[in-house]
Amino acid sequence: MNNEYKSDGRLERVLRSGRFAVTAELNPPDSADPEEVYQAALVLSEVCDAINATDGSGAHCHMSSVAICALLTRAGYAPIFQVSCRDRNRIAIQGDVLGAAAMGVSNVLCLTGDDVTAGDQPQAKRVFDFDSIQLLRTIKIMRDQGMFLSGRKLTTPPRLFLGAASNPFVPPYDWRPYRLAKKIEAGADFIQSQYCFDVPRFRQFMQKVRDLGLHEQAFFLVGVGPLRSEKAAEFMRTKVPGVHIPDAIIERLRKTPKEKKVEEGKRICVEIIQQVREIEGVSGVHVMAYRQEELVAEIISEAGLLPRPRIGGLPAQDSKVRPRRGNRVNGV
Amino acid sequence: MKFGQWLQNHPHFLEQTYWLTHRVFTWLDPLIARLGYERMDRWLRGPEEWTKRIVFDCRMCGQCILHSTGMTCSMSCPKNLRNGPCGGVRANGHCEVFPDKPCVWVQAYNRSLEMPRYGDEILLIEPPVNRQLEGSSAWINMLTGQDKVVPKAWDQIEVIPIAEK
Ligand code: SF4
Repeated sequence: MNNEYKSDGRLERVLRSGRFAVTAELNPPDSADPEEVYQAALVLSEVCDAINATDGSGAHCHMSSVAICALLTRAGYAPIFQVSCRDRNRIAIQGDVLGAAAMGVSNVLCLTGDDVTAGDQPQAKRVFDFDSIQLLRTIKIMRDQGMFLSGRKLTTPPRLFLGAASNPFVPPYDWRPYRLAKKIEAGADFIQSQYCFDVPRFRQFMQKVRDLGLHEQAFFLVGVGPLRSEKAAEFMRTKVPGVHIPDAIIERLRKTPKEKKVEEGKRICVEIIQQVREIEGVSGVHVMAYRQEELVAEIISEAGLLPRPRIGGLPAQDSKVRPRRGNRVNGV
Repeated sequence: MKFGQWLQNHPHFLEQTYWLTHRVFTWLDPLIARLGYERMDRWLRGPEEWTKRIVFDCRMCGQCILHSTGMTCSMSCPKNLRNGPCGGVRANGHCEVFPDKPCVWVQAYNRSLEMPRYGDEILLIEPPVNRQLEGSSAWINMLTGQDKVVPKAWDQIEVIPIAEK
């Protein structure tokens, strides 16, 4: 394998080849049935380069991200392993990262994590032993120096493409580009942003990012997603932490007749993809559609992002790990 | 709390005070060493906690970085973040977790802009917290160097990545 690559995964190859990348989020099931993961992955695999396995997003408990990654790599898909600092301390996280890499995971996304109060079990204890930047740095140390944080040697270091999140749409706006700079300094190779519904604000942010030269140091993927109705939009902006939706978009959905709302929400999303694609420094999009995976495929296709490039394997598949269909049906 | 808030809104005064206290402690170091760091830690803990709690809502992490975070205690962020705000800050600048309270980091950032001496240090990458120091006197840990001990493999980046603001 080429030594210049930090991972064996396809996302890194797509991005480094200068192609516009697409990642998508898999909604984790509330189930012990692996088939539910595979059903969701099947819809996404043909239309994206890597699949995000969320880690208790919104502080709601679902199947764990490490387990979803295990299922996905077993079937040959390329997951992005999301790790949040909310639920695990440094000992647990470093172990999980090694385990994930051993299962063929090539991408890790380091997050702070939504607070426990955002979920349905607000009585839980917060961990937050690391913050996302310390987490990034720690995994970078494991990868590049082949050690745990304690200095203990790893016999084989993990080969990982490191990701971080960015939210340009919430205060303190002026500081957001600097926070991104810190994350890149700490080790981020790619960035996935929060939902972008406010393109003018995003343009401003990217201007500063370019001024600081950050767009040349990491790949920036813009978070996008469809809104089902103005009610759903209103819910998201009041209940989901960190989501900013301008009034104009809510107004546009309100004016749309009921049976056309879903269509309109999709069109808004496609328009946003087309607009951000033109911005210098944007390397891809990250499509998130809460419980509407079918829409993701339509959006990606309507935005003109198909077919996905076939570098190092089929779309959403990693070069190293080949599909093993037998395992897909029966689990272990 | 009111007096504390008034003080915190004068970050330049506070950073000068920090600078001065830092000098006094360094100057007193030989004496403190003679008396014994452990004993001094026991004596100082109480008064340090009391004063810092009034002004900063301090959580006694034992490795104070107030001057690097806009003279605002980052441990009072409910997520204990040391390197900047999470992505959940509300549009009005309030905290994701406590909708009635301003986000600690929004305050920290605004205050850091008024701090010519240490303001830029908010751009530094802070190492993971040593939870063993919780509850001990940060001033004594500063003198013994305990607060600067990082995990063995941690490669501390001393330079501020982007210095110009
Ligand atoms: S909003 Fe600010 S104070 Fe609240 S958890 Fe996030 S960073 Fe901490």
